[in-house]
Amino acid sequence: MTAPALADRPPERRPWRWRQASILPGFPLAFGITLAWVSAIVLFPLTALALRPWELGLDGVWRVLTDERVVAALRLSFGLSALAAAINAPLGLLIAWTLVRFQFPGRRLLDAMVDLPFALPTAVAGIALTTLYAPTGLFGWLAAKVGIKTAYSPLGIFIALLFIGLPFVVRQVQPLLMDFDQEVEEAALTLGASPRQRFWRVMLPALAPALFSGVSLAFARAVGEYGSVIFIAGNVPLHSEIAPLLIVTKLEEYDYAGASLIGLIMVAISFGALMTISRVQAMVDVARGL
Amino acid sequence: MGAVRLPGFAPLMLAVVVGAIGVLIVAPLAVVFIVAFSKGVPAYVAALKDPDAQAAIGLTLLVASISVPLNAVFGLAAAWSIAKFEFPGRRVLLAIIDLPFSMSPVVSGLVWVLLFGAQGWFGPFLADHDIKIIFDTSGIVLATITVTLPFVARELIPLMQDQGSDEEAAAVTLGAGGFTVFRKVTLPNVKWALLYGVLLCNARAMGEFGAVSVVSGKVSGLSNTLPLHIEALYNDFDFVGAFSAASLLAGLGLVTLVIKTVLEWRYSGELSAGRRR
Repeated sequence: MTAPALADRPPERRPWRWRQASILPGFPLAFGITLAWVSAIVLFPLTALALRPWELGLDGVWRVLTDERVVAALRLSFGLSALAAAINAPLGLLIAWTLVRFQFPGRRLLDAMVDLPFALPTAVAGIALTTLYAPTGLFGWLAAKVGIKTAYSPLGIFIALLFIGLPFVVRQVQPLLMDFDQEVEEAALTLGASPRQRFWRVMLPALAPALFSGVSLAFARAVGEYGSVIFIAGNVPLHSEIAPLLIVTKLEEYDYAGASLIGLIMVAISFGALMTISRVQAMVDVARGL
Repeated sequence: MGAVRLPGFAPLMLAVVVGAIGVLIVAPLAVVFIVAFSKGVPAYVAALKDPDAQAAIGLTLLVASISVPLNAVFGLAAAWSIAKFEFPGRRVLLAIIDLPFSMSPVVSGLVWVLLFGAQGWFGPFLADHDIKIIFDTSGIVLATITVTLPFVARELIPLMQDQGSDEEAAAVTLGAGGFTVFRKVTLPNVKWALLYGVLLCNARAMGEFGAVSVVSGKVSGLSNTLPLHIEALYNDFDFVGAFSAASLLAGLGLVTLVIKTVLEWRYSGELSAGRRR
């Protein structure tokens, strides 16, 4: 609070204020509403999430953390989310690149379709994907012909996570790709760079922060995903049971402490991932000149 | 833009992209409508006229009509305080507003059970006073509000930060009162972003499944929202019924998507930077 907010007010006469002086009215009201709402809807309930696991005592917490069903569910959720995000990276990059660089009839329609996984409610996506990939569905039947079980297996979960994660990657990369100076690429071309060099040495480094944040967003979303996964998953403990489903199961058994412990772990990891992104996002914004 | 420099390569890439989007994204959408109408239009209409379906639609509309306006008011208040004023802790506040994005929907429902469920902190108190929150509409509303809390705020904050407060300051200097400034200066400046946020917030509120499934008693015709009604029918192998109800939500999603895309094209400059095309 060193710089005086209003030039005509000498700083030494200004009493200390928590907030910098402003001519605009309404701060107490707006800030009051914000703080009250955030406390009631987010902070207070999350306090319960943070405190309730410790009712089990330290050994109780340890028992839950080492329980093979919990470990298997967390490993499945985080592992498949990472895998789906990793596959969505090149796929999303390819889609974004095609949408930005090529002119073809129906491009805008294709572009709008990328957002469909955002627009379809998760339960709707869940039953639709299951119908498609069940042995009686078109894709499930085709896969069964070559001996692959899609629905009711971890592969089914993976497909659902691929579906919900794809738009995150495309939408993060696309704006940066649109702003990307083609002259830079052309310069590389005239200097004799091969297509491969132009991709790895020129384009990818410029897109890396956006690609990273898209992948992280897809990952964070996939870890917590419930609706689009549970129908297709099969939900066999130790094999195809995702962490959010295990929370529901524990709640149904009135094991509130166990449920909140799994929830707390998931929130901590996703929040960490999203905090990392907001740092990277700042770099992206700088790169875009925003 | 975009001279295609690799003519031999381009059709192949385009084919891969169209194939991926078709298989991964369009096929599931198509399935919704194909199954919904697989037994003809009368069966579709009958499925939607079913009393349980009607009750589910009613509950979904009720829940959205409570949660969305509340979160819109919150979004405006949060944006006004964060974008127009300087105070320490703004970044922390922003991170807290974003928190529901990093929570599994199931966790957003779970936290309310931890507070108000039978074994919750306030469970015994509520039971003594005969108040029901979990397994009741109020629980569904709370869970929905939690999930959709950031939507409006996240559209308004970056935009209002970009716009600064010069116009508002000028209005105040000319003698306008606080509410007049807000109504005549700020609101017209952010109206498209507000609509954008409300639209996304509403779509999510009506389609929310995970959070709501934790706090709802799942009684057909009473405490089932549309997504829960879909689940119940699907698990009963009533596929036409499930997909008929699903087609309503898919339709809502499509309408939302169309309006959102139009806003992005037409009012690009009046949306937050991340939405500009």
